[in-house]
Amino acid sequence: MSGGVDSSVAAALMKDAGHDVMGVTLKLWAGPHGEAPTAGCCTVSDAEDARRVAAQLDIPYYVLDHTDDFKDGVVDRFVRDYATGRTPNPCIECNRTVKFDRLLARLDDFGCDVLVTGHHARSREVDGVWHLLRGEDPDKDQSYVLSMLTQRELSRTRFPVGRLTKRQVRQVAADMGMRTAHKPESMDICFVGSRDYRGFLQEVAPDVFEPGTVVDTDGRQVGAHEGVVGFTIGQRRGLGVAVGEPRFVTGIDAGSATVTIGRRRDLKIREVTLDQVTWTRGSGGDGPVMAQYRAHGEPVAAWLTDSSILVFDDPQEAIAPGQTVAFYDEEVVLGGALIADTR
Amino acid sequence: MIYLDHAATTPMRPEVWEAMAPFAGEAFGNPSGVHGVSRVAKNALEEAREKIAAMIGAQPLEVVFTSGGTESDNLAIKGAVLSSTPRQGLVTSAIEHEAVLETADFLKRIGMPVTIVGVDSEARVDPDEIAAVVTDDTAVVSVMMVNNETGTVQDVRAISEAVKAANPEALFHTDAVQAFGCESVDVDELGPDMLTISAHKFGGPKGSGVLYVREGTALEPVIHGGGQELGRRSGTHDVASAVGIATAVEAALADRHRFETEIRAIRDRMEQRLRADVDDLVVNTPREGRSSHHLNVRVPGVRNETLLMLLDQHGVAASAGSACQSGAATVSHVLEAMGLTPDQARESVRFTFGWTSTIDEADQAASIVGDIVSRLR
Repeated sequence: MSGGVDSSVAAALMKDAGHDVMGVTLKLWAGPHGEAPTAGCCTVSDAEDARRVAAQLDIPYYVLDHTDDFKDGVVDRFVRDYATGRTPNPCIECNRTVKFDRLLARLDDFGCDVLVTGHHARSREVDGVWHLLRGEDPDKDQSYVLSMLTQRELSRTRFPVGRLTKRQVRQVAADMGMRTAHKPESMDICFVGSRDYRGFLQEVAPDVFEPGTVVDTDGRQVGAHEGVVGFTIGQRRGLGVAVGEPRFVTGIDAGSATVTIGRRRDLKIREVTLDQVTWTRGSGGDGPVMAQYRAHGEPVAAWLTDSSILVFDDPQEAIAPGQTVAFYDEEVVLGGALIADTR
Repeated sequence: MIYLDHAATTPMRPEVWEAMAPFAGEAFGNPSGVHGVSRVAKNALEEAREKIAAMIGAQPLEVVFTSGGTESDNLAIKGAVLSSTPRQGLVTSAIEHEAVLETADFLKRIGMPVTIVGVDSEARVDPDEIAAVVTDDTAVVSVMMVNNETGTVQDVRAISEAVKAANPEALFHTDAVQAFGCESVDVDELGPDMLTISAHKFGGPKGSGVLYVREGTALEPVIHGGGQELGRRSGTHDVASAVGIATAVEAALADRHRFETEIRAIRDRMEQRLRADVDDLVVNTPREGRSSHHLNVRVPGVRNETLLMLLDQHGVAASAGSACQSGAATVSHVLEAMGLTPDQARESVRFTFGWTSTIDEADQAASIVGDIVSRLR
């Protein structure tokens, strides 16, 4: 229970369905100096909202300390990814390494059968096989950030709000008089807060800022920068370079501290190599697939070869190593992977 | 519900509530007034002060009413350091309550010299080590009497003597919040210049405490205002709280013998049962020099967070000794100071007993712990 409306309603729906429910909030981050976070999903006030909702539902409620797991699996990796020129998605890493790994591993200890989350996704069991599907509300669908789940996790997880639209979720909460019914959604990365991620990196890992050069696609130096961690593929603003036509970051080489900028056409990506490929139903294979590489992007047609190379039917724009790609068959999530490299 | 978290707080004794009730009703007066309504309140306040003074071997005007243990500790330490004496240093120990350690941190931030001495593997402070770090610049030394997490009893008299031998001008404060009601607390026997007690730890109301301040002790107030409590603590008196703590002090002292015998036996029974039922159990509470009502144990391989959650679901209220604001169990600074690793500290739980505890509760709780641990393992 993050203290938001979705997990509040998820708990309520499970209780209504007659299950024995207990609520937990994960304490994930206490700041580089141990201070309580002020924004995002793990602040003291959010834990307080979750606690109050649990009290209203008359279910036991606990705060679980997963700060060590979160630091190792999410924050350190976030820093390392930016330092090596990648674009990480910390919410996906949190799902992968904390929620659906370390927390799930404790279910037996707690005497619990399943983990329930407020994600907008659906899952169903057909002939002993669990399928992961997009959430009912296309605007709020979160199946992309769950695409790394496999049978092991899906069989022990439930997503009760996935069959509702966000509007319906808020309506359920409002009908029950929940304090979280009209709470705005948090868009921030919980440990970064409302500031720019660069400010966070400067605070926790100032040594990853290594000055270097900005070059054009022909390798000519056109400027200088304070560190490759300040750049993302496709970035247009803040390049510190004045040229007539719009320029975008088209390449980041952390080893030589070089940022390459080019024209829009230079952002085109024909294929990507993949890492950590997983299949929700345990197996999958080469061939045509619909691939989605942004949380709210449209899936595009592609071809998977060698279980690790994804070739797009039409070149795509601005894809960065570190991003997740999810494979779909219509509404069904087939699997997911991390993008290791782009061409 | 089996309540084994008396070190966190205790249920209020019925006679305390009964004594307090009139001051939330017809006897509502402000003691600092010239009329009859005030006089009723003033009489009750001073009677409460006298009772408490008599019980701890103090003079009435040496008793300062506060909002509880945290305020008393703040007043003792900040008050001594910020008073007009030239001495500015604070010496304290690594196992103190946050009310002391965070105050120490504040003083350090504003440039005062702060020395924190370590403890041995039983959380015990060595009086010689204290004496060795007390200098001419030391304003105050603060060492608690009974540790809230382990129940380790310090030799407060020896520490007091060591402080005075090293620098007769230095003040000595002891936080007796966990000691009062089970240890003998007589200020002349123990020798401190200041001593903290908190009502809700022995059947009194929350938000009510006392700081004993030896006559002639220079103390800058922390709360400035109307000059109540001889200027040492301003703010309109909470007469009900004062009457409450005085009644609780009387009740606790009348019950002290039972802590030494019956409650100690209940705690010991729980310890024996856990030793028998839980393989590899490590008792963090020292064998000798322990309070009558604390039991801190480590269950290797079992996270305290999980154990406490399951205990709660089986109707047993216990604690990890420390928790952050959000309610998550944190790594205990006391256990770390004793030399436990963070992982070992995360395997430690605290059971604390009090005036409502029974031997049946200890037996039942020990069985429940045994069952949960064998399932988790």
